This record gives sequence, C-alpha cells and structure tokens, in this order.
Amino acid sequence: MSEGSGRAGGAGPAVGGVPGKLDLDPALVARARELARRAGRPVVELACSHTTVSVERAVLRLAGVTGADPDGIPWVNRLVDAVVADVGLGHGVAVPVFEALAREQLTDVTLLAQKAAAGSVRFEQPTGKAATVARRAARRAVAAGVRRIDRRRVERDRLVRRYGDPKQRPWIYLIVATGDIYEDIPQAQAAARAGADVIAVIRSTGQSLLDYVPEGATREGFAGTYATQENFRLMRAALDESSRELGRYVRLTNYASGLCMPEMATLAGLERLDMMLNDSMYGILFRDINPIRTFVDQRFSRQVHARAGIVINTGEDNYLTTADAVDEAHTVTVSQLLNEYFAHEAGLADWQLGLGHAFEINPDVPESFRLELAHALLARELFPEAPLKWMPPTKHMTGDVFRGNLLDGFFNLVGTMTGQGILLVGMMTEAVVTPWLSDRDIALQNVRYVLGAAGGLHEDFVPAPGGFIQQRAHRVLGEAVELLERIGDQSLLTAIAEGTFGIMKRPADRGKGLDGVARHESDYYNPATEILERPSA
Amino acid sequence: MSTSKIVRPYGDTTGDGMVQVSFTLPVPHDKRAEGAAIQLANRMGIDPALLVHAKQMGDGFTFFMVYGRVNHLVDLSAVQVVERDFPLLSAKEVNAVVKRRLRRKLSVVGACIGTDAHTVGIDAILNVKGIAGEKGLEYYRELSVANLGAQVSVPELVEAARVARADAVLVSQVVTQRDAHLHNTREMSAAFREAMPAGRRPLLIVGGPRFDEKQAAELGVDRIFGRGTTPGEVASYLVHALITNKKAKA
Repeated sequence: MSEGSGRAGGAGPAVGGVPGKLDLDPALVARARELARRAGRPVVELACSHTTVSVERAVLRLAGVTGADPDGIPWVNRLVDAVVADVGLGHGVAVPVFEALAREQLTDVTLLAQKAAAGSVRFEQPTGKAATVARRAARRAVAAGVRRIDRRRVERDRLVRRYGDPKQRPWIYLIVATGDIYEDIPQAQAAARAGADVIAVIRSTGQSLLDYVPEGATREGFAGTYATQENFRLMRAALDESSRELGRYVRLTNYASGLCMPEMATLAGLERLDMMLNDSMYGILFRDINPIRTFVDQRFSRQVHARAGIVINTGEDNYLTTADAVDEAHTVTVSQLLNEYFAHEAGLADWQLGLGHAFEINPDVPESFRLELAHALLARELFPEAPLKWMPPTKHMTGDVFRGNLLDGFFNLVGTMTGQGILLVGMMTEAVVTPWLSDRDIALQNVRYVLGAAGGLHEDFVPAPGGFIQQRAHRVLGEAVELLERIGDQSLLTAIAEGTFGIMKRPADRGKGLDGVARHESDYYNPATEILERPSA
Repeated sequence: MSTSKIVRPYGDTTGDGMVQVSFTLPVPHDKRAEGAAIQLANRMGIDPALLVHAKQMGDGFTFFMVYGRVNHLVDLSAVQVVERDFPLLSAKEVNAVVKRRLRRKLSVVGACIGTDAHTVGIDAILNVKGIAGEKGLEYYRELSVANLGAQVSVPELVEAARVARADAVLVSQVVTQRDAHLHNTREMSAAFREAMPAGRRPLLIVGGPRFDEKQAAELGVDRIFGRGTTPGEVASYLVHALITNKKAKA
C-alpha cells in the first residue's frame, strides 16, 4: 500500500469518487485480482531470472558512466558491448566492469568505457576475493547513483509543498512535440500558463526501436522530440521556472517504453521527471519487441520509478485504437489488472498507478456516452486509489474539427463525472495536424468549460441500481474475469503469443531486442536490483 | 443547384459566396490586430469580411474567426485531379478480398536496405502502431508481415523474400546522399530479376520522401510511394496489383 511519505494531498490526485456506485461484487473483484496475479506470476519469475543489455546499461548509468563517443553511441553501450564480447551478459556487467576498473587502477568508469571501446581493456568474471571486492565497489558506485535519484525525489516533494498541486481534478495533461527541444520549451511554458498541469514531450517516431539513448540537446525529430538526458534537464528547468511563476507545480512526462525502458526510467529519476509512460505489454504488441525483453526491462524500470516517486501511465488506450471499444472493453480491464499486479510487484504504490483507458467508442453506436460512463466508472471503482489516466478520442476523430470539439467535450464530461485523475487534453485536430497554438487554446477552453460547469457533477451522478450503466459495468468485469481464467490455464506468454491482446500474435522467441536478453548465470550480480529491492539495506 | 460549371461557396443563398476561416496572427489583441485580420481576409478574396471573434492567446498571439463573401469563382470544368489508379479499401475490405480471392495470407517482406538506418518510413507502414491514425500492415489479419528492419543487405532481402514466399517486397529509403536511394533501389530490383523468374518475382515497392513517383519503370520496381503515404494506400495497392487487377487481366 501507499508509502506516500507524508505528501500533502498525495502525489497522485486525491480520489474523491464515492465508492460503490456500480455495486460491484467484491468477491468477483477479488477473484479478478487473484487471476491477474496467477497470470502475471510466471512472467515475474522470468523477469527475475533474466537480464538485458538495457538493464545493464542502466546499472552503469547509475554507477556514473555518462556521455557518448564521437558517433553519438553512448559509452554505456560501448562498455556493455565490450563486456558481453569477453564474458557474456549472464553474469551482469557490474562485477566485470569494477574488477577491470581496479585492475586498470582507474577511478572513472567513463574512462574505462573509452578504453574498452578502444580495445585496450579485457574483461573477466572474477571469483573469490576479487569478485567480492568488485561487488562491493560496484554496489558503492550504484548506491551513489540511487542517492542522486533520492535527492531529486526529496526536491520534488519540497517544490510540491512550496508551489502546490493543481486545484482541480483531473489534472490537465497536454502534449508538446515539435522535434526541437528549444521550440518545445516556450510551447510547454505557454501551455502551462494556459492551464496545463502536466506536460508530456512526445518522442520522435521510431525512438522506441533504438537500442540506445541519444545524447545531448536535440533539434530535429520526426513528429516528436528525442528523449535524452539533456532534453529532460532543459525541460524540467523550464517548467520549474513556470511552477515558480504560476504558483503551481507543473509536472513533466516522458516515455519509458521501447528497447531502453530501464535507462529511460533511470534518466527520468536523475532529472526529476514526474510521470513516465510505462506499459507492461505496449512494446510487445505495438512495436514487436520481444516479450521477454519487455518484461525484464519493464520490471527494472518500474523498480526505478517506484524509488523515484514517479507516477507511471499505462497504455491501455492503445488496445482500443486497434480493437473495438465495446466488444474489447474487457481487455482494457484485464490489462489494467495485469499492469497493477506488475506495478505492485515492482514496488510501486497505488498513487503511482496512472492506469490508462480511453474514450474510443464509435459515436454512432447507440448510447455510446452511457457505455463510456460505465467503462470509466468501472475503472474508477476497481482502482479507487489510482490516479487513472483518461485518454481522449482518436479513432473516431475524422478531420471534422467541429464534431471533434463536441466529442472532446463529452470526453471531458465523462472524465469529471467519473473522477479521473489525469486527463489528456483531446485535440479537435487529432489526425489532421500536430496541434496548432489555437487548437490547444480551444481544447483547453473546452476542458475549462466542462470542469467549471460540471466539476461537481460526480456528486449527483449515481447510476440507477440495476440500470444500463451498472449492467454494462458488471458485464465488462465478468468478461474480464472469463478472459483471465482462460489466460490462467495457459500463461500470459502463451496468450500474448496467440494474439489475445489487440489481436497481434507475439511469440516469446521472436521480436526485436531478443539478442540483448540473457538468462542469469549462477553468479549474476546486479547492485541496482539489490538496492531497489531492499530499500533500507 | 444550377447546372452551371461555375460555382461559388454557399452560405444560405445560392451564389452568396460565403465562407468562414479561422487563423492566428502573431500579435497581441487590439484594434490594430483586428484590422490586420480583416486585411488578411480581404487579400484572401473575402470582401466584405466580418470579424466575428478575436481572442488573445498567451502574450503575443490572437486567434480570429472571420465570415465573409469570397469573390472567387470555381470553374468545375477546369478542375484537375490526379486520380489514384486503384480503389482505396478499408482494412476490413482488404482482409475480405485476400481471404476470398487469394485464400491464403498475403505475404509481405519489408526492410530498409543499404546503410540507411531510418526505419521511420517502413515502421510507419508496417508496424501496428502505424501513422496518422491508420494502423500498419501488421494489423491486417490476412497479411503476413516480416519487417527486417534497418541496414539489410540486398542478398539478405532476396533470401528473406524467398523464405517468406513474399508476394510483395517493401523497401524504404530515406537517406539520399549521392543518390543512394536510387542506386540502392536499382541494385535491389536487379537482384530480384536475377534471382527469380518473372512470374515468381514478388511485387517490388519502394517508398521514401525523395522519390519521384513516376520513376518506377526506370528503377525497375512496380510502384513508388512518396511522402505522406499511409498504410491503407499501400494495402489497397497490394490488393489491386496482386489480386483484383491481376485477375481482371488473366
């Protein structure tokens, strides 16, 4: 349960929805959670017995390796590649690296990476005393990195106390994406001034498939801006300025998805990002990343998020962009339950779970608004302590901006009536252009109007007992339990391989990034995991 | 409606020429800004222009809505459009045609060849994630897609196409230094011609922002797709070229 460490008002938006509006059967809810645990457990075991190149690179980042070679390939990549070439991945890189550091009589791990890249260092997996010494040195270096993350968390807590959380719920979440960090900054500050509580800098198309994190401030991206440590730092500093100006702590979001989840999580912690997109299955289903790679990377990245006090946003909205939002509503519930299980297992508290869902029912379906209310309320009541992330319509935005604006208004109304925690502002120009200044202004006006006019409507909104909304919610929960039962009989990896989610078939021995996965050797050592799993040790 | 070939926009009366436009000017909101908006509208051919809404956004921008009469005429007989030579199908329709007519999965192999590491294009077309709200070809139930990723050599691509019994090969080329995209494409099409007899060769398609769509024959490929192509267009073309049009000819 929550270790919110005395945060005034909670780090996630406080949950005010009155529980029990749907009269859900507590036994069925408990059964759903138990089934999610059963489905997820083998995956966790898999994650605990494997490592990946990205996990090891994240360890090295915590240990202090920084920068990139003249071609822009980070030194952590060069170092991990060198270690893998000599001793393989299965021991973890911490011990071979710190053994070599001592042998070479170096103190700077980045310097060691440079030497290794030049081929002047050999790595070995030591035993006995040398191994113990290397472990201790690695742990000391990584602990210093974790302490830097801890300090950033304390700093956030202090700034939130000083400037305060947003006054209203849901928090208003807005995307900027110009490709150029120096254009993003004034846009983000303008958005904050116009009412945004959370700024997300969307990434360049294709970054999720890069097996390294680019370096430095970047000025060109495709439909988004590269996530780099320097870009994180620049944007956080700019939003600190805005927080001071506005008297409200403005949060920053980026993406821990793709092939570098662990490193993204680490950099986010080091640069005091506040939220990160982090889904358990998105990379597998939508980017064809190897399932084992994803689950191993996901667990480590979530452990780092837990430590950093970062709120994760999961990606269930994506299922509804491929599958029908009515027929497949229960797959969202199933994924939320799985995301919750994996998140808790990795040490995240309920207030850190921005579980996703979306307003994606075809507006031509009769009673579509009531169906949306039922689904949104179901998520709210299943996860009463989680700051749910409510995603706007995209699939049925046609380019008719007038109709789109109305649809976004109804989306906003569901958001406030069902007590959602984070509301991603819908753009009437979705699927037309990347939002213009005026599109964003109109969209925010829409949100402000709805929250201003109906912000307290959730108090009066009590679905009729046994009525349409209750029945619909019960049915979706029932279907979710049935699906979880089917998964339970085979295992989650089989279910994913067979195309249960979002219709994509993703076998465990296929997909991108598989060559960067290794089973732990008996002497595998990862000081970061050791520290993160025993915070007090 | 009259049968005239000349039309004007319609507000509430035939021939009234009324339009609405909205735009932002990078100036704060004042009388002068409103005058500037009217001036722009006038230059766009809207006269008289009725400024119905003006609102400042942030420090130095104002959003305007203008209604007014446009003095331009449209001559329908002079309208020129480049017609797509194949019908645009929905994912459902593509799947239905493949299932009914081909009666097996349509096999597609995609890659970035040469030193080009920009998978943006091929991923946008193939990955489920897709682009511009459209899902990529992986999403189509009746297509079997292998995305080989970046920096694939031509021999590797030919071999992969053979193994997958590819009906179509999609190649993406973004880098154009020293015309690399043209050289690579010619090399690729030559290799397929050499490796497979005409009847067994997959449909060869290249895409990228710098290709001229009319160059297909010269480069030895069946089709070129330029900037802004969506997965739906590619899927529709595949169905057209491999199934519907093929059968018509046979």
